[in-house]
Amino acid sequence: MAQKRLSITVAGSGGAGVMTVGNALLEAAGLTGWYAHMVRSSGPQIRGGEVAAMICLSPEPIASEPAHCDLLLAIDWKNIDRFGDEISLTGNSLVVCDPESGQAPASICDSAVRCVEVPLQQLAGTIKGGRPNMVALGVAAQMVGIPRQFVQATLEKVFQGDQRVKAAMAGVDAGFAAAPAANGLASLPLPAAPCTGRWSITGNEATALGALHGGVRFAAGYPITPATEILEWLALALPKVGGAFVQAEDELAAINQVIGASFGGVPAITATAGPGFALMMESIGLAVAAEVPAVVVNVMRGGPSTGIPTKSEQADLNIALYGLPGDAPHLVVAPTSVNDCLNATQWAVHLSECLQSPAIVLSSQALGQTRIVGDKPAITGTDAARDVPEVIEDNYQRYRLTPSGVSPMSLPGMAGGRYTAEGLEHNEAGIPSVRPGDHLQQLNKRRDKLTRFDYGEYWADIQGAGSTAIITWGAPTGAAREQLACSGKFDGGLRLIALRLLAPEQPERMAAALDGVSRLLVVEHSHGGQFYKYLRSCYDLPDDTRLFCRPGPLPILAAEIACQLEQWNKP
Amino acid sequence: MNDAAVEQFSARCYKSDIKPIWCPGCGDFGVLASISRALAQLQIPPQEVAVVSGIGCSSRIPAYLNAYGFHGVHGRALPLATGLKLARPELTVLVAGGDGDGFAIGGNHFLHACRRNADLTYIVMDNQVYGMTKGQASPTTAPDWGLGQLTPGGPGMNPFLPLVLALGSGANFLARATSSDPGGTANILVEAIRHPGFSFVQVLSPCLTFQPEQRHWKKKVRPSPVEPTSDPVRAARRLMTDDNFFVGVLYRGEREPYQEPVVELQSELSALESEFEVRDLAYASSKVNAR
Repeated sequence: MAQKRLSITVAGSGGAGVMTVGNALLEAAGLTGWYAHMVRSSGPQIRGGEVAAMICLSPEPIASEPAHCDLLLAIDWKNIDRFGDEISLTGNSLVVCDPESGQAPASICDSAVRCVEVPLQQLAGTIKGGRPNMVALGVAAQMVGIPRQFVQATLEKVFQGDQRVKAAMAGVDAGFAAAPAANGLASLPLPAAPCTGRWSITGNEATALGALHGGVRFAAGYPITPATEILEWLALALPKVGGAFVQAEDELAAINQVIGASFGGVPAITATAGPGFALMMESIGLAVAAEVPAVVVNVMRGGPSTGIPTKSEQADLNIALYGLPGDAPHLVVAPTSVNDCLNATQWAVHLSECLQSPAIVLSSQALGQTRIVGDKPAITGTDAARDVPEVIEDNYQRYRLTPSGVSPMSLPGMAGGRYTAEGLEHNEAGIPSVRPGDHLQQLNKRRDKLTRFDYGEYWADIQGAGSTAIITWGAPTGAAREQLACSGKFDGGLRLIALRLLAPEQPERMAAALDGVSRLLVVEHSHGGQFYKYLRSCYDLPDDTRLFCRPGPLPILAAEIACQLEQWNKP
Repeated sequence: MNDAAVEQFSARCYKSDIKPIWCPGCGDFGVLASISRALAQLQIPPQEVAVVSGIGCSSRIPAYLNAYGFHGVHGRALPLATGLKLARPELTVLVAGGDGDGFAIGGNHFLHACRRNADLTYIVMDNQVYGMTKGQASPTTAPDWGLGQLTPGGPGMNPFLPLVLALGSGANFLARATSSDPGGTANILVEAIRHPGFSFVQVLSPCLTFQPEQRHWKKKVRPSPVEPTSDPVRAARRLMTDDNFFVGVLYRGEREPYQEPVVELQSELSALESEFEVRDLAYASSKVNAR
């Protein structure tokens, strides 16, 4: 029987090549014509830790993680216990493991699953340059129905050199031959026509590409999990498009390098995670005061402090909204899907440049390090649009009051436009001032330029209609979207409101979005209900508003949201 | 220096209309004069100059100059200037500040700016005290200086030797100057700006308010008795053994300045996107051939 989804988890110790198998399986599934979604789960170690690739395949687009694992492929059993909470096995799950790795741990056996042994190590040992993970790849491909030629095409992209591809394919072939037949796994329907226009991309890659589409030509950063891939991609890409990348000595330097480049007229970005984000706060405030565009991506991970670096959470909302000293209006934007990492980041660059304000992009590990095979994101034109005067008028004033609140920004090199960008409060000319009138005037200016701007329909994703609504943001949007597909179950229908623009708040748009909603479920991936408190403080919410918040590291699943909605109907 | 007859920009051209707010006798007045004289000697159009600073008395200097300026947050002038210089390499970028800003809160950036060797000129007005916060010990304060409110009895630590740190970290040009000789300091700054890579100029700039003993510095300073060297080993020996009052150019390095890699073949964004496309080239071509 054909079904809609198949979920496969590949697990093993760090260095066993789990992610290579995962990436190859994903790419090959894409060539087969399926959509795919892969979450990586790993400990903080590089070698000797634990790694799992949780893959979901479907003939239809996939928005969130599956609730259960249909096939667990264990390259070895080292540290598998650490995934006990993440790998959800049912009585229908199938486990493939290597007898040489010893007995399957009790936590796996207890799930009452069917276990099949394949001698991965032994088979790899018969091949020159053979590795158990490639045998595992062959086993997985055979079991889910991926044709051999697509595995080969994928490995030809992964491995350089005929000998390595040959050795890998020998392993894959051994896996194909050894895969258990009649395994009971459901088969996914193959597409009738070839699929075109699909991309294999992670949220972090999409973020980096979105930055370039937004016009970014300078980036600086300091490595931090789980944001590093954004920096790595930009470091290679920027020189190719005439831009520059700098590895900074710390996050304090990174944000200031970004501000310096942007002061020079070049749209600039940095990417970090919680701890680095905290270090950047003072200087983001400088960008507010000096009105310098700058984009800061925070790929949120578990907190507080070092927290859980490799796992996702949405608990940096408070610091993003309220972390700056003083009254410091700024932009906070959050992507609602892996593909939207591209569009939302591009939009953040656009807003930052237009409004001469720092923009914070709140991504998360669940978006950033998830790889999908999906439809190519719809990309609009490059549109960084800073108001830079072509001719500097006499008596130019950098912070001159204007109806929009945005003042033309001169750039170094322009005669007559000289000014000193200031962290100190200043007057219209940019000269430091402690006068109450100047302070109030510039506070108003910096607020009004953000509130007067028309952010358009892109401020939120609003889907469905009905008197019950889910309101969420960021990564849980995927789970909420999947729930929306079952909206027929709800009396009065189901609506989804996923905010993309978190600051400045949009009271009129929110009132329209909530029009007719009598029951509102707030969904967020935090322990403290930060998003709920933010909504309460900024917006009028229905009387019957409930909160479902749960911290990481486990992702929020569609099934959990369904459970919350069902509880509503219970007396 | 250019012929006076064709000189377009006088030293006055580089001064803004804002009157400096510094204590009487502050060394920074002299440094301000030196910077404007140096820029006039170099005849760099004011709009082609950017002066970046952090926080402190001396960090107010950008607003007093007629150039593009950035008065940033405490300790972060060097990375901000680095970003600006790498984004706009044609600009002349000066960084100015004090010893607290540069060597305490900004200490890490100092090390890495020397090491990176971007083409910047860093002028530190060293008065061995935090003046703006009313007299605390800085990283260059003597260990027995007992007037600091936060270090009763003195900081008890040996001061940093900024020039030694800079040499060890890879700075490409080192000089010591004194605010009591604006002309001599201007000449040193001209050399520093012209020298490729990261140039560091420590200017002894007294704070008579909190370090009144520094009024005697002008009697202590004297020209360095030896010619500048390009040998870091010799420079290290001199810097470790001098009494911190020799002024002049002390080291001219020969490192190549930091530059971003230039990729000859520029790409369109669409070319970068091809890595994301799911496509099986071999399979696709075999299908084409089959037809």
